[in-house]
Formats: sequence, structure tokens, C-alpha cells
Amino acid sequence: MSALAHVPTGSGQSASPPPAARPGRHRFLPYLLLLPGAAWLFLFFALPLLQLAAASLYDPNGTLSTGYALTWAFGNYPTALQQYWPQFTRSFLYAGIALVLALLMGYPLAYAIAQKAGRWKNLLLVCVVAPMFTSFLVRTLAWKTILSDNGWLVGLLRDVHLLGPDGRLLATPIAVVLGLTYNFLPFLVLPLYASLERLDYRLLEAASDLYASPLKTFRRVTLPLSMPGLIAGTLLFFIPATGDYINAELLGTPNEYMIGNVIDSAFLVRLDYPQGAALSFLLMSAILAVVFVYLRRAGTEEVL
Amino acid sequence: MRTAFRPLTRRGLLTGTLGSAALVATGGALAGCGTPGAQQTEAGCASEDLSATEKKLAFSNWPQYMDVDEDNNSKRPSLDGFVSKTGIQVTYTEDVNDNNEFFGKVQNQLAACQATGRDVMVLTDWMAARMIRLGWIQRLDKSKLPNVEANLLPSLRNRPFDVDNHLAVPWQSGLAGLAYNGRVTGELRTVDELLTRPDLKGKVTALTEMRDTMGLLLMSNGHNPADFTSNQFDDALNKLKKAVASGQIRRFTGNDYAPDLAKGDIAACIGWSGDIIQLGFEDDQIKFVVPESGATLWSDNMLVPNRATHKGNAEELINYYYEPAVAAQLAAYVNYICPVQGAQAEMEKIDPELAENPLIFPDEAMLSKARVFMALDEQQEREYETKFQQVIGA
Repeated sequence: MSALAHVPTGSGQSASPPPAARPGRHRFLPYLLLLPGAAWLFLFFALPLLQLAAASLYDPNGTLSTGYALTWAFGNYPTALQQYWPQFTRSFLYAGIALVLALLMGYPLAYAIAQKAGRWKNLLLVCVVAPMFTSFLVRTLAWKTILSDNGWLVGLLRDVHLLGPDGRLLATPIAVVLGLTYNFLPFLVLPLYASLERLDYRLLEAASDLYASPLKTFRRVTLPLSMPGLIAGTLLFFIPATGDYINAELLGTPNEYMIGNVIDSAFLVRLDYPQGAALSFLLMSAILAVVFVYLRRAGTEEVL
Repeated sequence: MRTAFRPLTRRGLLTGTLGSAALVATGGALAGCGTPGAQQTEAGCASEDLSATEKKLAFSNWPQYMDVDEDNNSKRPSLDGFVSKTGIQVTYTEDVNDNNEFFGKVQNQLAACQATGRDVMVLTDWMAARMIRLGWIQRLDKSKLPNVEANLLPSLRNRPFDVDNHLAVPWQSGLAGLAYNGRVTGELRTVDELLTRPDLKGKVTALTEMRDTMGLLLMSNGHNPADFTSNQFDDALNKLKKAVASGQIRRFTGNDYAPDLAKGDIAACIGWSGDIIQLGFEDDQIKFVVPESGATLWSDNMLVPNRATHKGNAEELINYYYEPAVAAQLAAYVNYICPVQGAQAEMEKIDPELAENPLIFPDEAMLSKARVFMALDEQQEREYETKFQQVIGA
């Protein structure tokens, strides 16, 4: 974005046109450049969002055959929340746990690829991205096979008594959180890698010259410098993970269903459009609230 | 001049965008007042039938629901037979993967009385019932369907949502009942065993199709799924709720229970006869059971939607698939219950073993235990579906 901001002055200094005489000519250039993107956003994001907002205020007693009247039924929101708050909290809980797990795995991974991998760097990056070449569904179904009750993993865990003789992984919260962690890990690793790759090794040397312990070096130098990537990565991970319903559906049971499953069923099965729309908006605002608090605390201009 | 120019900044842009979005939002929300009703009448949305001049037909069906040539997957012998017999070119599309999703796909057009580009589509009973209720389905001319009149199984006539048999004609039928993997567990005979037997705990699945699961539960309580009260439904639902709370039921599934049952991750389930026959071909320990209290009988139905422009051709197709020889050809491939009387005799010529299979050609005893779920109006449908969805977790 900062590049865009310089466009008017920058182009003014280029060789051919006399800038001072006719600044108006370039004045609207940035807006013109924004036009395709803005039109796209308006048509396929703003308008549907608006429609959804209106739908969330429809009369909850409307039916498909008679239609829905816009009655400004704000009561849809408390009703939806009251009925489905367990799935709401569960979504944030699972996505939160998955985020912590992904950070524990993803940060060292990104650091190793960026700083220590040497000539293996590109290969390792491909390894992170390669699973994304197959469909999300196929990858999640593969986990069903890995975690299967009669699979080697569960067999091994039973043998070492980490699981009881009838214990299982599939159809438990563990499987859902594992699935979330796995499926969104690349979204966390890639921005982190981009930040860590730019880390100047000389700064780390300087820190150790100044008698900083490795831990302190990490805390005072590496971590702050990787913050933009860390923040972008956590957001890219947390937002889709909270709204996900595939992992809960395929790897979990009804007791693990997340808010995404509820919204899916409200729109497609129960045909309760007002409630589905209200739940979607509640989810969006909850995520936005979490994100704003997070960005405030992290104190960065880089992302927003 | 230049100093007066305010460069476009990120913050400025965001503020501007958010501001204008909010403005547009309020304006738009005020302007757009709700959505109109989707109720139509089949007479009001009939289109001129171009069948006499246009020898073509658009047919939407489920995947793997049509016989294909063993050597060449792109050939469909029974459908090709229709094309060469009548000269009607069929555009066959496998775009029905899920009743609810398909409903979402055609909903806007049909609600506004517009063409969907389809002349025949195949949907399950309850979805057919919903579309009929909304006036989205065209009436068929019985005089053009002599084979259907003669050969449709008696238990599939006069169904609650189409009492005069002129809106929906079964493509294939099936039973929802119990299935178990004999390598993991012993024989299973009743729904109560499925829901309470300790050795099955955590190894049981049931179907997300409310009518199939609840139909079986209603029957296990001695009630009739074709005619039940709200209290009876609640009783059956409580039974299901207990099984979910105790951890007996592991999850609710669509067709995806089949691989889990084959692997033994689940020991027993509520499942569909057609899936279980196919698993049974590979592993004879996978068995389908019609519970002692009874099974639900469902059909996928050929329907002609409003604004279809080739209704006459569609009727020819429907009539063609009710010729016993054609029906047997199809049934030999898809392995669901064949709704056509006389096809069993034809099947003897193709594959005598399949002709003996009670899950393709059920005997009287089996059919007498099978029930079609009651037709629900929209309020009932939402009430029951919401209650059911709450038990199954969404």
C-alpha cells in the first residue's frame, strides 16, 4: 500500500510530463487503479454482506412459501446466541488451542527454514506448500485414515497405554483440534518465514556481543523483528479456523460441532435464513472484536 | 498546487471505505424489504412444450445412478437405447450431490418462476414433497405413461405427497435400516440393540437424514412414521438423545459411513440398502438388516420442474425406464430397489443371482415392514428438523 501512496509524487518526477503544471491529471490515478478491485469487492463482498445483514433482521416466522418480511427483528441475535452459545465458545476454544499448537510447531519450523536450511530452503518451502495442491477435503479425509480406530497410530498409543484399550482418537475433540492445526499451519508458517528470512544475522551477533543470553536475544531481537509475520500468520490461521466446519464434521461428533456446522445447517437443512444470517454476523463481529483487541495489544501498523 | 494535493493513504482509504460502506448499508437495508414468497402454481409457470420440434432433453441425476458400459465408462447403454429408439438427444448431467445443496442451486429460479434449464431432475421423496408443496413441479400426462401405470410397485403408489401419482415417478428406491460389520460385532436385529448394546458403544453411526433416522426410531417405539403426532416424535427423539448423550452414537453421517463400516471403525449403523449391497459384494461380513419393527422406504423421484420446455420428451423418457427390460438393465448396475414390476423376470436373463436379492427385488414380507415417511408442511418440517438438528449437534 505504501507504494501506492507514492504514486502521484513519484510519477510526477518521472522524465516526460511536466508535473507542476497539470497535477489534476494524476490526481485520480490511484483511484482508477483501485477501481477493478473496489468494484469486485463491492459486487461480491459488500452487496452480499448487505443482503446477509438484511436477512438477519427478517421476521423469524417467515416461511419459504410466503417469503420473509424485513421487520427489523433484532431479537434474532439474542435467540441465536442463546441457542448456540456452546458451539460459539467451542469454535473459539478449538481454534485457540490449535493456534497455540501451530505456533509451537510453526515458529521453529519457519525459523529453521529461513535461517538454518541453507540450500534446502526451497525444497523445505515446497514441502510446506505441497499439501495445499490437494483439496482440503482430501487432506482431512486422509486424517480419518491416519487416526482410524484400527490404524497403526491408535494401536501404538494403546500399546504404550496412552490410550485405554477402547480408547480412540477419531471422533474426539483431539482429532478436531489436530485437523485444524494441520490444515491451517501453512497459513501461519509462510508469513512467519517471510519475516524471519529478512532477519539480519548480524543483529543476533551484536546481541550476543552485548552479553545477551540466547533466550534474551530471542526475546529482544528475533521476536520483535518477526512480529509483522507473526501477527499476519496468527490472523490468517485463527480467522478461517474459527469458522471452519469441515474438520468438526469429518473428524468429530455432534459433541464437537463448531459454529460453522450450525450456520451450514441453518442455511441448507433447517432453512432458517434469519437465524443463519444472524449467526454469521455474530461470528464475524466476534472475530473482528478479537482481531482488534489483538492488534491493539500487538501495536502494529503493518497489518491494518 | 502540489501541496494542496492530499495523497491517498491507507488510513484515509480505510476510513473512506468504511464510511461509505456504512452509508450504503443503511440505505440498502432500508430499500430492500425482505424477500418475496417462493410459492408458485404449476399452471402459472408452465412453458410451451417444444418437444414436437426440439428432439432434446436435459436430465439432472445423482452420480453413479446410471448404468455405464463395462469397457467404456462414457457410454450409458440404457440411455443410449433411449436415444436411438426415440431420436431424442439427452444432455445427462450428474449435478445432484445432495438434496439440500441442489435445492439451493435451483431455488432462486424456481421461486421466481424462471427456467432452470432442466427438463427432468431426480430428487428424494421429502425434497420432491417440498417442491410439490411450493408448486414448482409440473403435472405429468398419465396417458403418455402407460408403462408407469402398469408396472409401478403397488407400495410406491399413492404416496402421501403425491396421492394421485401424477407429479413424481420413482427412479430408484431403497430402504433405510440397520447394517453391521460381522467381523467386529455379532448379529444385530433391532434398533434398541443398536442404541443400547454395550459392545457397540462409540461404534455406532446414524444418518443425518432426519426422516430415515427418525422413521426407524418411531417404528421401534411402535409408532407409524407415515402418521404420527408431535408427542410421538418427541418420544423417539428423546430415545435418540439418550444414545447421543451416553456416547453410544459416535456421529451422524451421509453416505460417508460406508468406508468406516468397511474398515471396522464403526461396528453398526443406520444405513441405506444400496450402499450395503455394494459393500457386501466386497466383504460378505457386512450385512443389512431390516429391523423387526420395520424400515423406512424412500425413493428418488423423476420430476419435471416448472418452465421445462420439453415435458413431452421427459414423459417419453420416464415411460421408457418403466419397460421391465430397461429397468432390469439399470438395476443390474445401480443395485437399489427396482420400482418396476416385471423387472425381476428380466433380471433372471441378466444375472440370476441379483434377481434373487431381496434388497433389489424385495418380497412382500419385506415390503410390508417398510414405511414411507409422512408428508410435512413447512412449519412441521422446520419444527422437526430444528429439534432433530439440535440432537445431532447442529
